[in-house]
Amino acid sequence: MNLSDFLTMRHEIVLSVLALLILIIDLNLHNRDKHRIIPISISLFFVYTLVGFLPADKSVLFGGMYQTNPLLVMMKNILNVGVLIVLLQSVTWLKQDANREKISEYFILLFSTLIGMDFMISSGDFLMFFLGLELATIPLAALAAFTHHQTKSAEAGIKLLLNSALSSGILLFGISLIYGSTGSIYFDTITQLYRNTPLQVLAYIFFFTGMAFKLSLVPFHLWTADVYEGAPINITSYLSVISKGAAAFILIILMFTVFKTIAPIYNHILYLIAILTMTVGNLFALRQKNMKRFLAFSSIAQAGFILLGILGGNTMGMTSVIYFVLVYIFSNLGAFGVVSAIAAVTNKENMDDYDGLYATNPKLSLLMMLSLFSLAGIPPVAGFFGKFFLFASAASAGYYWLVFIAVLNATISLYYYLLVVKAMFINKSETPLAYFRSDNYTRIGLVLSGVGIFILGFWSQIYEIINSLSYGILP
Amino acid sequence: MNILNLFIIIPMLTVGGILLTKDLKQSRLVSAIGMGFQLILSFVLVYLYLKERHAGNTAAMLFTYDVLWFPSLNIHYALGVDGISVAMIALTGIVVFAGIFASWKMELLPREFFISLIILASGVFGFFISLDLFTMFLFYELAVIPMYLLIGIWGSGPKEYSAMKLTLMLMAGSAMLLVGLLGIYFFSSPDPHALTFNLLEISKIHIPIGMQRFLFPFTFIGFGILGALFPFHTWSPDGHASAPTAVSMLHAGVLMKLGGYGAFRVAIFLMPEAAHEQAWIFLILTAISVVYGAFSAIVQTDLKYINAYSSVSHCGLVLFAVLMMNQTAMNGAIVQMISHGLMTALFFALIGMIYGRTHTRLINEMGGLMKVIPFLGVVYVIAGLASLGLPGFSGFVAEMIIFVGSFQHTDVFHRVITIIAASSIVITAVYILRVVGTLLLGPIKNDHFLHLEDAKWYERISTITLVIAITAIGTAPYWLTDMINFSLVPIVQKLSSIQLTSLN
Repeated sequence: MNLSDFLTMRHEIVLSVLALLILIIDLNLHNRDKHRIIPISISLFFVYTLVGFLPADKSVLFGGMYQTNPLLVMMKNILNVGVLIVLLQSVTWLKQDANREKISEYFILLFSTLIGMDFMISSGDFLMFFLGLELATIPLAALAAFTHHQTKSAEAGIKLLLNSALSSGILLFGISLIYGSTGSIYFDTITQLYRNTPLQVLAYIFFFTGMAFKLSLVPFHLWTADVYEGAPINITSYLSVISKGAAAFILIILMFTVFKTIAPIYNHILYLIAILTMTVGNLFALRQKNMKRFLAFSSIAQAGFILLGILGGNTMGMTSVIYFVLVYIFSNLGAFGVVSAIAAVTNKENMDDYDGLYATNPKLSLLMMLSLFSLAGIPPVAGFFGKFFLFASAASAGYYWLVFIAVLNATISLYYYLLVVKAMFINKSETPLAYFRSDNYTRIGLVLSGVGIFILGFWSQIYEIINSLSYGILP
Repeated sequence: MNILNLFIIIPMLTVGGILLTKDLKQSRLVSAIGMGFQLILSFVLVYLYLKERHAGNTAAMLFTYDVLWFPSLNIHYALGVDGISVAMIALTGIVVFAGIFASWKMELLPREFFISLIILASGVFGFFISLDLFTMFLFYELAVIPMYLLIGIWGSGPKEYSAMKLTLMLMAGSAMLLVGLLGIYFFSSPDPHALTFNLLEISKIHIPIGMQRFLFPFTFIGFGILGALFPFHTWSPDGHASAPTAVSMLHAGVLMKLGGYGAFRVAIFLMPEAAHEQAWIFLILTAISVVYGAFSAIVQTDLKYINAYSSVSHCGLVLFAVLMMNQTAMNGAIVQMISHGLMTALFFALIGMIYGRTHTRLINEMGGLMKVIPFLGVVYVIAGLASLGLPGFSGFVAEMIIFVGSFQHTDVFHRVITIIAASSIVITAVYILRVVGTLLLGPIKNDHFLHLEDAKWYERISTITLVIAITAIGTAPYWLTDMINFSLVPIVQKLSSIQLTSLN
């Protein structure tokens, strides 16, 4: 392995080194100094994020198992920025006494899943893809059960593990059928050999079902709310943002390369699942009182919107999906950041607890409102642009009724997002949450997501950069 | 620097200025200065516009400014105005200015109130100066969303219900609108790499008729919901009744005009064939709006509800006239938008001021107010007379032109529906005179009313600004109609050319 190979794989290698480094540092730290691992890890990760932005070329390693190009590097960078914000937002929670012993585990497990996602995005064949997927999933189950002394957290871990195992099994079955019908596991070869024979369509359906579990599309979403509610908030935000974003990235890549020949068939499936996912996610979110469950169902609905971009099938479709995920990362992390900042200090996470929040914590309330508006797709924040482009790409393929249903769903979602705004700004409370100051890490994390929500929309260059790297299957 | 950019920049600066203020006194001062500048700017724009026209500039849009925003989608930040949008901008400037003074005593969270109000205003200004459908839609939504907070926090009565109903219904409207706009975009050019959101460029091409039939209802109803088109008007009475004074003024006075303006500038202008085909359906709906709104106003006892239903009726008339699609009627539609905007803003301002004194809005509990608060009473009568179309005020000019224009159609359907709609004038007289009679004349019903104070200086600024504008249009309407007519000519030419070809 020479230097250029190293540079090609820099995301995965540097991150692995980082994880090991943290382990070694942790060994040399005295028990009462464990919290020092936090600034070290975050600054190391920050440097790593910067390294990720170095220019990259298209290249292939290990005989086609590993591939990279500017598009894939950009996807990894988007995830890195999101993870950086998650790390910053979780500091307050990590410093709690119950977690003090496990700080380094948190970072190592989190980095392991990120390595898995990077490998998954860069995979050139189904073997590497599956390895990456497993590496991304199993540490997540450990993270979900991070506060295992709480029953709910332990339950979340087990639920995530069992569901992942089931979905991986289904996915693997699909892959085995693909291998059986084409004789290859390499994406390039399969792309040329894939036809719409019944067996291959069946293989696709199994594969898509497995991915639908990861993306929590309806009707494969049932694990989501329980896991999101049980897991510690920062893990929930990681699950709903980074993990989902990575799954969306790899899904659109595979849909636009390996499975592009059966697009006329899978479009019907996607059409139906998109409608189901948006509608069911929204209708369930309407009645949630717990903020974590609330955001869980809202994120199910958001995943439905992503399918609109895939249905678009052209360059605009891929651009809008990647752009939407980028915007979604910032918006959702803004919302989760506020929920986690409040929960870390007061231990409250119900919508009723937010009554009258604006009077005591105006900045948090404003950020929450902007994030929710962004999730709902209201201008001038970035969510408007993200949704608009997704709708535009679906409309470009002629799916006007689907766009109409989707926009109506966005209106429904506005209702429940406004419920939170109402709680914070309009409702009066006898006992509002007292004013508190978050620590500096959390504040940086919140400010970053707030700035992102504002800038991403107006700064059209970001969209153009993504667009220049994207490709489509339709003209 | 293009003058139109200032219409966005000044509100931004004002919002920034308000953020630095500490209390009500400072924030209302900053708002008043900012919006005062905006008002002056509006009239400077009118002046510059007329100057350009007199100098012989016949371009469809003046002061155009164009920056490419999203190159791959050909989305531009494109600005430009013609006589119609200049008139609408002047209206907005006046109403916003009057609205700031009407909320001079906003004690609860004043900074937040003025910021939301000015964001709303900047959305409206942005909408009227946009030439690009994307930015137009962006500003449209930007104008709608602050309403939720404005009604929800500072409103009265069932404010949470009204705020939610209003926001969701208007957002459902923008959902339909979005489908329509995307459809227009993807058929804006036969070449898939030359698609555009630019209004003027799209107006030059011909959208396939099959697509027009599909997209026209989406676009028209999308805008129509904001223009209180029956049966999608139900947000309007609740919303107006619960909103605080300045918000009712702005909403009925300006925001509802976005609906009428968009329906004619986007839906009818870009899809004329479908508009001709489907106009009869919407004409019936708007005629229902006009008459039903007026009848509903008769039975209401709450001042705000009366005025809200009267707004449904008057805004229905705007859409009605727009659908007549001839020069005279469309001219009337624009004048009606401006006239109604000023009148209704005046009404809501007065209602707010009266409510602030009597602490009731039910007309049966009040009486004889003319004796104790003569200034407000007289202005209320002026507003009422303008609203029922007395010559000398703007309402007469608008309704006159509309019905003359509508009657130019020679077929039975148009004539009958015009007669039905025109009957609303009589009904309007009923509810206006009834209110004026019970509210202002007769004996004073409550001893508490004997000690009421008449209008303060800031209330006088607010109302007098509006009264001047109403009388100016009423006595010298040709300034306005000439300005509008010039810009209407190319639009009506496009509409009538299609009418001729379809008849042959």
